[in-house]
Amino acid sequence: MYDVPTTERGVISNQVKFEAKNVQVFYGDTHAIKDVDVEIADKTVTAFIGPSGCGKSTFLRCLNRMNDTIDICRVEGKISLDGDDIYDKRVDPVQLRAKVGMVFQKPNPFPKSIYDNVAYGPRIHGLAKNKAELDDLVEKSLRRGAIWDEVKDRLDSPGTGLSGGQQQRLCIARAVATEPEVLLMDEPCSALDPIATSQVEELIDELRANFSVVIVTHSMQQAARVSQKTAFFHLGNLVEFGETSQIFTNPIDERTESYITGRIG
Amino acid sequence: MTDMPMEDAPVRGSLTQVDARTKKRNAAEKRFKAYGIGAILIGVAFLIVLAVSIVRSGAPAFTHTVMDVEFTVTQEEFDAAEGELFKTKAYSNLFISKLAAQLEEVGLEIDIQEDAIERLLGKVGADIREFYRENPDALGTPNRFELSASSRVDGYFNGRVTRDTLVESRFLMLADLDLVDVLHEAGIIKGAFNWNFITGADSGVDNPGGAGIGASVIGSFFMMLVVLFLSLPIGVAASIYLEEFAPKNRFTDLIEVNISNLAAVPSIVFGILGLAVFIQFMHLPQSAPLVGGLVLTLMTLPTIIISTRASLRAVPPSIRDAALGVGASKMQAVFHHVLPLAMPGILTGTIIGLAQALGETAPLLLIGMVGFVARGYPEGVVAGFTDPNSAMPAQIYTWAARADASFYDKAWGGIIILLIFLLSMNILAIILRRRFERRW
Repeated sequence: MYDVPTTERGVISNQVKFEAKNVQVFYGDTHAIKDVDVEIADKTVTAFIGPSGCGKSTFLRCLNRMNDTIDICRVEGKISLDGDDIYDKRVDPVQLRAKVGMVFQKPNPFPKSIYDNVAYGPRIHGLAKNKAELDDLVEKSLRRGAIWDEVKDRLDSPGTGLSGGQQQRLCIARAVATEPEVLLMDEPCSALDPIATSQVEELIDELRANFSVVIVTHSMQQAARVSQKTAFFHLGNLVEFGETSQIFTNPIDERTESYITGRIG
Repeated sequence: MTDMPMEDAPVRGSLTQVDARTKKRNAAEKRFKAYGIGAILIGVAFLIVLAVSIVRSGAPAFTHTVMDVEFTVTQEEFDAAEGELFKTKAYSNLFISKLAAQLEEVGLEIDIQEDAIERLLGKVGADIREFYRENPDALGTPNRFELSASSRVDGYFNGRVTRDTLVESRFLMLADLDLVDVLHEAGIIKGAFNWNFITGADSGVDNPGGAGIGASVIGSFFMMLVVLFLSLPIGVAASIYLEEFAPKNRFTDLIEVNISNLAAVPSIVFGILGLAVFIQFMHLPQSAPLVGGLVLTLMTLPTIIISTRASLRAVPPSIRDAALGVGASKMQAVFHHVLPLAMPGILTGTIIGLAQALGETAPLLLIGMVGFVARGYPEGVVAGFTDPNSAMPAQIYTWAARADASFYDKAWGGIIILLIFLLSMNILAIILRRRFERRW
């Protein structure tokens, strides 16, 4: 497994976007995430890998407080975005989620038209002053989602009528339409075929120019292909975090090596 | 990979031969299908029996026997009758002479007694006098009168009253039937569609022929307005709060259990509650559709809340995630995305709840809407809510309890009208569900 191709591009920015310190997450009595410290850099793709149930999705959902919707979930420790503690009492999760967009595992477009899917976020945040501006924003977002050419003639048709890969790219377009600073992706390709997957991966690489991207993935090849930084989670612990090339070629921890060579997982 | 040592697979018979186990399973499946078909057939048979008996018993309510007479009253005849001491009697005699003349034209001759006419048509002289006093222009020109015959004559034509079973009384004599036969032969007495049954108000206990269900349809309508405008917003708001916003703790669990229990509370309990709270404590008017609507709202709320919560729960959580993920607030997520998707279910639940309330009789018993004789329509919208009135099921119950056998037909007829309303509401529910249903 040492011959996995890794991206040659280095980390462009070292400016820290997210900083997590001593994060603990509990589901009722279960201690799901233990003592996680991680720094996520701006304009970088960071991949979270690890076996099922290791807590990588849970940790991802802490970053935009989606776990707030789960009653029994409790988060301790400190996570800050640009220096602001996002679990501070004064922080409204709605504002946070406008800054930190999310793409889910299963494509989940609204049962509305393609246009309305993308325009929804800008509308509720008041990002466009008039119809023309909104039209421009929708087009820009759909172009960023690499789906504009496929849907430009049928913006009024329902978003649920697209194929799985198109739906996922539509969801990415919807997420970038609110102009977030960070984009969280929870296994965005697990429901897609290889062609759609490679399209989305290409897209992720392009998005890095504008956003900080955090992606959870089960596919180590995918992590190696798209990310510059990789974090390996195991049983709720962050085992190793570093440059993707280093993690895949020269892991420090034994568990990381076992996982990427397929011996645990 | 497995720890079990593999054994050779057992040798099975040819595929072309059905083995004993398969035969048994197939037989069981056939039996089950037969039970299912049997159950459906029994259900359909009951439905047909019910429908046929309702239509057969209820149809007479929609027709009545009328005496169709056309004659001219001249100015002189009018003046002469107005000059007499017993004016009504003078008009009756005038009517009898006109009727006799008409019979003579078609070659029939029978002696018409004044009291016989009164038994068949009621106070016909008074009706005619009133007509000409109100429309003096009609004097001198031929005029057509369609006079309702008494319910006993109705009974004679639909077989409830026969010559053999007739007991002579002040309501009908045997000789009257001879007159009826002659008039029928002349085409003067005939059956006609009874519009008054649909549009009219209830009559007294002694006049089944004049009873109509119209006023109580209006009563039911105002009641349903109250139910709709109270239970829909309250029910939907309560369900949205409970389902989407409320914390899950013991207190909300308790509320949930109580709502389910309320749905199972007998309706008469709501009736006595309404009597105690709305009439005795709050002094709202008795027998008013407003109070009926309030009581039925209490009854309908659990139904609406339960169906609304079920349809909210059926909306996939991924839609909520999607909305929250782009930075919508919880309320925006619910109102922009969840509620529209739950709408067909909510509408269906509401309409079914309303249909239930429309057919409910027991609570109305206790707030005085049963047994009330709604002799007229309410005047205006406010009066529609506050004036005493009856409701359809209450009216049917009242008719069924009356002594005169003719009211029995009316009760069945009322059931047909009620069922027409219920069926159209259910059809509306189906159409709305089909219309708004969206896949995601």
